[in-house]
Amino acid sequence: MTDTLTKMQKKGGMKGKTKTSLALISMMLPGMIYLVINNYIPMAGLVVAFKSFDYSKGIWGSGWAGLGNFTYLFKTQDAFNIVRNTLLYNVVFILLGNMLAITVAVMLNFLRGQVNKKVYQTLILIPYLISMVVVSYIVYGFLSMDNGFLNKLIETFGGTAVSWYTQPKYWPFILTLVHLWSGFGYSSIVYYATVIGIDSSLYEAASIDGANVWEQVWHITLPGLRMTIITLVLMAMGRMFYSDFGLFYQVPMRSGLLSGATDTIDVFVYKALTQLNDVGRASAAGLLQSVLGFFMVLTANLIVRKVDSDSALF
Amino acid sequence: MASKNKIGQTLLNIIFVLLCIAAVAPFLLLLSSSLTDEETLLREGYNFIPTRFSLQSYEYLMGSAAKITKGYGITVLVTMVGTVAGMFMTILFAYPLSRRELPKRTFFSFFVFFTMLFNGGLVPTYMMWTQTFHIRNTIWALIIPGLLMNGFNIIMMRSYFNASIPNELIEAARMDGAGEYRVLFQVVIPLSKPMIATIGLMIGLRYWNDWTNSLYYVTDESLYSIQAILNTMISNIQFLSSGQAAGSAYSAANLPSVGIRMAIAVIGIIPILCIYPFFQKYFVKGIVVGGVKG
Repeated sequence: MTDTLTKMQKKGGMKGKTKTSLALISMMLPGMIYLVINNYIPMAGLVVAFKSFDYSKGIWGSGWAGLGNFTYLFKTQDAFNIVRNTLLYNVVFILLGNMLAITVAVMLNFLRGQVNKKVYQTLILIPYLISMVVVSYIVYGFLSMDNGFLNKLIETFGGTAVSWYTQPKYWPFILTLVHLWSGFGYSSIVYYATVIGIDSSLYEAASIDGANVWEQVWHITLPGLRMTIITLVLMAMGRMFYSDFGLFYQVPMRSGLLSGATDTIDVFVYKALTQLNDVGRASAAGLLQSVLGFFMVLTANLIVRKVDSDSALF
Repeated sequence: MASKNKIGQTLLNIIFVLLCIAAVAPFLLLLSSSLTDEETLLREGYNFIPTRFSLQSYEYLMGSAAKITKGYGITVLVTMVGTVAGMFMTILFAYPLSRRELPKRTFFSFFVFFTMLFNGGLVPTYMMWTQTFHIRNTIWALIIPGLLMNGFNIIMMRSYFNASIPNELIEAARMDGAGEYRVLFQVVIPLSKPMIATIGLMIGLRYWNDWTNSLYYVTDESLYSIQAILNTMISNIQFLSSGQAAGSAYSAANLPSVGIRMAIAVIGIIPILCIYPFFQKYFVKGIVVGGVKG
């Protein structure tokens, strides 16, 4: 009797279990379909880099090109240029961006008063909310040859107007400045979240021991931030082969004369695909970016896991 | 010591005021230029103060440019549909991932996770949407590719469900006979409002600001969003100033005047700036949760 009862319960339980499983899986269906289409099919489509693509035949119907697209890509100056630009801009952005963000976060932590803190946090985040298209209009407002604020200022002081959009030498600085401007609020707040987590009694103890502000920052705040800094820097390094397409494509206003200094891999892939109609080189550069990017993330994560396993992505 | 502290605080406040000015002043250049009389702009250039105030740029936009109104309509429609659909899909995907009862949970988690590590990039993506799904010049091109759902949001949502919804609560609801969908919609979702708001805002912001999908897939002007209008205007400005247009029929007359350009940019950002202060809390939360792990 009891035996059959438990059996029945078990059976009911089993049935309930499959019902639960089915319900849960049915919830995931729309998302699964989306991820397969939006993310996984394009991964398979990367083989186009090894094909001599013909629009009338599609990716699968086109003939194989072996490594032809890659040798063609590396025969041109572009390959060197875009890889160099992508990597160098990333190095500078990571270094300066993190330094600025940490400084702002530490200062925010020493600041007293709730209202002013909140107002500052709100205002410095505004640039992050704006699309790069609008940012490029703002930059244009400053740098336009005829109407730009900066040129009018230069002329007021007796200088001659600079044609900013035709001279590549200024652009590494301009783009770095724009990047820092649009991103510093965001990354400061990320760091600030860690800074406020540091035990405040440490500061009290240190100040009783006579430590000044610099010593407190050096011996308490920065060590407290160590893990966050390592994690964020390594994760950013995992994205070394990627760039902010909007920043590099929109902000220079697509001026052809600047492309040597402003084209990154993403910009090149877009231009080669849609403007030069050069699917071969675009797909070769894209594949390199995906594969190298993948290995960079894996390596970065491996190191993060060694340093601080809780911060690792996986 | 106390006075030294006070000086320190004043100094910090001054630094932050300067930082805030640095963050916001460029927008004032945009705003002020859009409010300046055209002649003055041509003579004195873009400036932080409208030396001769004028609403003519906005009047022009109101009156003659049906394109702008249409663009606004497209942006609002795409943002609303995309955000609602994206939120539902994210929640519906993240919730089962947070449940121990889900069979093959590790596989599904990895399935999401891998999309964050590796991607096909622009070329195959572009070919799939245009050649297989024929999405070019349809409203779907602005809604579906890339923006609907992403791994980060799913992981963020799942972590929140894991950390904040007690398992006992779900068990209790199921004991009372509630099915999985009812548990999700009547128990879990009402308890997750802060996180849902955060993710909704993040998705909404990306839709509002997106110009890449229209750049890739839309050439039909009747489908131009505000961002797409701004984007094509840049090409035209560049085309003119590069001198290629000299001597051709294409002239400055086809381009919105210097002030109107700035006015369009302003109306593109005003809605964001208006809602942002009220949702600042959620934005900050999203950044904090997503920042370190993301």
